[in-house]
Amino acid sequence: MAQTTAAQEPTRRDFLFLATGAMGAVGVAAAAWPFIAQLAPDAQTVAAGAPVEVDLTPIAEGQIVKLFWRGALIFVRNRTPAEIEAARATPLDDLKDPEPDQARVMEGRENWLIIFGNCTHLGCVPLDFQGQYGGWFCPCHGSVFDTSGRIRSGPAPINLPVPPYRFVDDGRIVIGETA
Amino acid sequence: MRDQDKGSRTMNKTLFIAGFFAASLAFSGGAANAAPGGVVPPRNDWSFAGPFGTFDRAQLQRGFLVFKTVCASCHGLEKVSFRNLAEEGGPEYTEAQVEAFAAEFLVDGGYDEFGDPVQRAATPADFWPSPFANYQQAAAANGGKAPPDLSVMAKARTYERGFPWWITDVFTQYNENGVDYLSAFLQGYVEPPEDFDPALGNWNLYYPGHIVAMPNVLFDGAVEYPRDAQERPIVPETVEQYAKDVTAFLMWTAEPHLEARKAMGFQVLVFLLVFAGLLYFTKKRIWARVGGETEGHAAG
Amino acid sequence: MSSHPTTYVPKSAAAKWLESRLPIIGLVHSSFVAFPVPRNLTYFWTFGAILMVMLIIQLVTGIVLAMHYTAHADYAFTSVEHIMRNVEYGWLLRYMHANGASFFFIAVYIHIFRGLFYGSYKAPREVLWILGVIILLLMMATAFMGYVLPWGQMSFWGATVITNLFSVIPLVGDTIVSFLWGGYSVGNPTLNRFFSLHYLLPFMILGVAMLHVWALHVPGNNNPTGVPIKSGKDAVPFHPYMTVKDTFSIVCFLAVFAWFVFYLPNYLGHADNYVPANPAVTPAHIVPEWYFLPFYAILRAVPDALFGVILMFASIAVLAFLPWLDTSKVRSGSYRPIFRVLFWAFVVTCLVLGWLGSRPAEGIYVILAQIFTVLYFAYFLIAMPLLGLLEKPLPLPNSITEAVLGKKQASGSGMPVGAAAEPQSKG
Repeated sequence: MAQTTAAQEPTRRDFLFLATGAMGAVGVAAAAWPFIAQLAPDAQTVAAGAPVEVDLTPIAEGQIVKLFWRGALIFVRNRTPAEIEAARATPLDDLKDPEPDQARVMEGRENWLIIFGNCTHLGCVPLDFQGQYGGWFCPCHGSVFDTSGRIRSGPAPINLPVPPYRFVDDGRIVIGETA
Repeated sequence: MRDQDKGSRTMNKTLFIAGFFAASLAFSGGAANAAPGGVVPPRNDWSFAGPFGTFDRAQLQRGFLVFKTVCASCHGLEKVSFRNLAEEGGPEYTEAQVEAFAAEFLVDGGYDEFGDPVQRAATPADFWPSPFANYQQAAAANGGKAPPDLSVMAKARTYERGFPWWITDVFTQYNENGVDYLSAFLQGYVEPPEDFDPALGNWNLYYPGHIVAMPNVLFDGAVEYPRDAQERPIVPETVEQYAKDVTAFLMWTAEPHLEARKAMGFQVLVFLLVFAGLLYFTKKRIWARVGGETEGHAAG
Repeated sequence: MSSHPTTYVPKSAAAKWLESRLPIIGLVHSSFVAFPVPRNLTYFWTFGAILMVMLIIQLVTGIVLAMHYTAHADYAFTSVEHIMRNVEYGWLLRYMHANGASFFFIAVYIHIFRGLFYGSYKAPREVLWILGVIILLLMMATAFMGYVLPWGQMSFWGATVITNLFSVIPLVGDTIVSFLWGGYSVGNPTLNRFFSLHYLLPFMILGVAMLHVWALHVPGNNNPTGVPIKSGKDAVPFHPYMTVKDTFSIVCFLAVFAWFVFYLPNYLGHADNYVPANPAVTPAHIVPEWYFLPFYAILRAVPDALFGVILMFASIAVLAFLPWLDTSKVRSGSYRPIFRVLFWAFVVTCLVLGWLGSRPAEGIYVILAQIFTVLYFAYFLIAMPLLGLLEKPLPLPNSITEAVLGKKQASGSGMPVGAAAEPQSKG
């Protein structure tokens, strides 16, 4: 008698089993979320990644200063007129990742080049003033960057990226904020 | 036959439920912590109690004011960042207000190019600076007893509930032991007994053993609260109100995700109960294939 | 057993390929699908599945908590608060882990008392039972070391008191204690090694639990009658009958668990553990977690330190000898009128010992603890051997089916209960 009950009401049985199964699946998925979400940067790390202010006045012409924002290395380079000229004179056709120098610096403050300091190939730190363009040379796999931080030869696929930043005044910038 | 069968099943279920609760509850007697020599603090009506409890933002802001004006000169709050004051589920100050609170403090700013330590203005990401540089300094400035950090104080104090309340608390969800004690303690600096020697310390009605290093710090009118349009304070500026407000604030510092926790708890429980209901009927249906559930040992 | 598990027949080519090389699907199939279980198991038999779920919850929450925790005396307390405040859902993971330990013990104690009542320790399940006692010991060590990790006052002083137990061992006691500590007192080296072991032991529990399941699947489940499966009518396949029953029970258990995690997360803990460890100040009242209280009461019942420690360890070790201490041929307490009374008296004894463990060790409490310690051991050492000889058990049913459906249906004509032995179509 009992066995036939199920056969008599296939729709209701199917619905019940489906609903139970679906609810179980939803429950497992929902329970899994906190275990995945906990991998995200925690609130203190996010807060510590707040914008940093950099005083540019001690950085002499021709000098490169290294600092960190959100744990990532940043190069701040006070370029000489010759270095700026070299970067601007390069035809875009010669570039692997074509980008004019003007697009990588602030207008009127062309001497300040602010870029991420990890090679776009696999993350090593390129050496200052090295390589045939006087920019950077990555010792790991031989990527060569020019005085605008653009990739000129070697395995790196793209130019060293420019972080978000803005000038507070002539002598100070804030990295992590845009104007 | 079926009736007897049912009887056996009901008996087993009763046994199961009884056994479960006996085991889960009977043991927890040790959870209540002893507060020898203390007087049982009165119960308060906290906005954050119960399954749907939430903090009263205005109360948290007033409590912060009391903390900042009174407590902070001796006690730290080192687990709390300024940014927390703007976060959801807390006092919910604006970002600008929080930046202003932070900017009042100078904190360790690393080293300059000569290797000398420098100071900088605090930012919202910084933790609340402690009033003393270290434990020894705190102890030396306070007659040998360093004032404890208040970050988790609301969870670090309690009083013994006793039988049968520690059982009923499981069902009524009373777990405001800590805040009831703290609020009572702050109001507990009453007239000491005549034979009390003031050289021993300060006398508090609710402190276990009554003799406490901390002096009374709250007096009516000691902290100026926000005013309404008629320039009257929106809540009374009394010791009782100060004590409750700062205690509520400390509950938030101890449990900043309390609101999210309780809200999620309701969702989880509703889900589990509905799921359990579905499973119950699924189970009945499956067992119907073999003539229904046949539990236990009761013979026909 | 006519209801022998239907052997797994791989259908797809890939399954055939795997099965001929590693017959793991067949193993799972015979253990958790076709495995015949007595048809009269009550909800007390679902606690094995509940325990498996709790073990998984503890492992998974523990592994992610370890990603954020810092095992250093200077940072442990702060890193736990960091988890509670800054890590996404950190408060949930930590409260699940902390309350999960308590609920693990709630489930394991119900599981053990079920075994005690229904004689699940008797032949041919002695090895199964002893593996369970080993799991209990491992759980206790794990829970104790886990409680030390937040490095609060109870952590520190609990660690101090428990490790000092070993100092009573003659000759080598002090050496053992300093080896446990890695120093001359509980300190950073102690915390570090406890963290390491707290991470290791749960995997040992998992391993022994697998042996436990293996040892279960040789003789099969005991059941409320204690009478073994005699025909297909007595059994149902594990899936879907027990899987759905277990799942229902698990979800109910998790609902109670959730009540504590979300609404009373600190109810089962100690307020003192929210005070950072301070080697200069002992809390007014050092109390272990609730699940250790009966053993703590036994420890303190005796004035002599060494004897107290021996008694405490003996109170657990005696469980392992129970299969041979109990002389009764009848398994289930349901058919043993005197045993049944003594069993409940034993349950009360354990509860009273738990209560005494939470009281200060002074005055009447010590005397009561001594009386109930004697009663605790009397159950194993006096009642169990003698009862088997003196007690006249009630008549046992001829089979499980007869017990639950009555004689008429057992010998029955038209009832479809025989379907139990057939492999069921999946729901």
